[in-house]
Amino acid sequence: MLNRPATDTQITHLQRLWLYVLGLLVVAFLVLPVLIVVPMSFNDSRFMSFPPKAFSLRWYQNFVTSPEWLEAIWVSIRAAVLTMLIATPFGVATAYGLSKSGSRWSGIIMMAVISPLIVPVILVAIGLFYLYARLGMVNSMVGIVLAHVVLATPFVIITVSSALSHVDAGLERAARNLGAGPLRAFVNVTLPQIRTGVMSGALFAFVTSLDEVVISSFISGGENTTLTKKMFSGLRDQVDPTIAAVSSILIVLSIVILLGVTLYDRRRGAGT
Amino acid sequence: MSAGTNDGLGYAGPGTDNTRAQARIERRDSFVSMALSFPALLLVVVLIFGPVGWLLGLSFVDDGHFSLANYQRMLAPAYVSIFTQTFQISIMVTVLAVVLAYPLAYLMSQCSRTVAALLMIGVMLPFWTSLLVRTYAWMVVLQRRGIINEVLQWLHITDAPLRLVNNMTGTTIGMLHVMLPFMILPLLSSLRQIDLTYMNAASNMGASPLRAFWTVYFPLSLPGVFAGAILVFVMCLGFYVTPQLLGGGKVIMMSIKIQQNAALYFNWGAASALGVVLLVITLGLFVILGRFARVESMFGGK
Repeated sequence: MLNRPATDTQITHLQRLWLYVLGLLVVAFLVLPVLIVVPMSFNDSRFMSFPPKAFSLRWYQNFVTSPEWLEAIWVSIRAAVLTMLIATPFGVATAYGLSKSGSRWSGIIMMAVISPLIVPVILVAIGLFYLYARLGMVNSMVGIVLAHVVLATPFVIITVSSALSHVDAGLERAARNLGAGPLRAFVNVTLPQIRTGVMSGALFAFVTSLDEVVISSFISGGENTTLTKKMFSGLRDQVDPTIAAVSSILIVLSIVILLGVTLYDRRRGAGT
Repeated sequence: MSAGTNDGLGYAGPGTDNTRAQARIERRDSFVSMALSFPALLLVVVLIFGPVGWLLGLSFVDDGHFSLANYQRMLAPAYVSIFTQTFQISIMVTVLAVVLAYPLAYLMSQCSRTVAALLMIGVMLPFWTSLLVRTYAWMVVLQRRGIINEVLQWLHITDAPLRLVNNMTGTTIGMLHVMLPFMILPLLSSLRQIDLTYMNAASNMGASPLRAFWTVYFPLSLPGVFAGAILVFVMCLGFYVTPQLLGGGKVIMMSIKIQQNAALYFNWGAASALGVVLLVITLGLFVILGRFARVESMFGGK
């Protein structure tokens, strides 16, 4: 097996064993530090030292009995759901509208609505902080959600635009010719074809809001403190080991999402 | 049939009422379609362009007057060292990302679909994991009594724990971990587009595998390498969370200084000026990046 050629140019698998080892090491570098947090979260020691001295559930117990942590996670989930519910239609409308409009302005508008991906986030954070301070919107759910919608919409626009580029525009025109109104033609003909793009855009929007740290650390607080703000200040000031429990829960959540997306992609890939 | 008349035969020549009406309808449709983007555009204008434009204006004001004092301050040694530190870390992370991403992306572009999908899960796991969780993971792994130091001492490679965190080393490792998927994904998509028959041709003409790789494959992969490297570099320049948590106060990158100026010293002019410098460098690099790749396709996650 190892002596068989790996490529058409006659290199055998054995000759490039070093490449396989190197590749695996890189994957290990990416994956292991993330996975190691889960067993460490059962460590009894405050300092998460290795090897663990004793097994304990105390950090999980801290988490589920702390009103502050539970409130923070609840704020983050509400913000993420609201962000997804607003950013998804905004992004779909933008991607669809700009793909249909032949106007010379659409390129410029596209650059403008994608720009939140490019502008350094710290600049957005202090700018928003100043704006919200004037409007009395600091520490408000509305403020957090609007900021996250601006950050998340570009991801929806990108995934939906890429899905739209594979859609045959003639089908929608045919629907219009057969008497469907513009909305009905979109909902019945185009939307089903870009469903996957919309769904992954929505997922991106949800995760963007859930993960956002820098802006939240400026504009969220009080009863609307997000989970990321609480974790960030916890990690910066004195490390509260409850974060290990919270992190493990989030890691398991990411693995579930990742496996879900991968399996969905593969099933769809096999179906076509 | 003369222009300007419609003789009822169903054909309307150029310039007839029909074509003009048609053009008007098309223009209106085009505008209506474009208007679908206005809600998103309005949000960006109010929440990004407005505040950033305001910061730009503020950077030219000192003591209530127009002044370049905020920019002159950038030449002071304290600021110069911030710029050098930011660039040093960003260059280091970029170089390491290229070196580590290339072999993995190369493998993924050539192995079977199942193996590639498995490796892709490995690449995407950190991508989908919260930034704070990953940073915390590195704090745990790299600390004095963390797994790396304990294993190194157990193997008698080192006698005393190494200082791996709360310094440049920790920051670089943490940032590399965040940026590596951003290097692997564009590189992989560019490597997949390389036509391997060129390699067969090179080998038919007597090139050794190594020579074929360096003279044929590698140059073809360079646009992907540059695109990924610029993307990684430019994102590194704006890093805030990782150096804040893994730098232990010793690593002051541009974003951290901006935050300190605004939130600690309430010196909005200084914060804005530094922000404007960061923004200008970022936009400039994205313009260069635009020559190598479609920018919006690089954030697509695929």
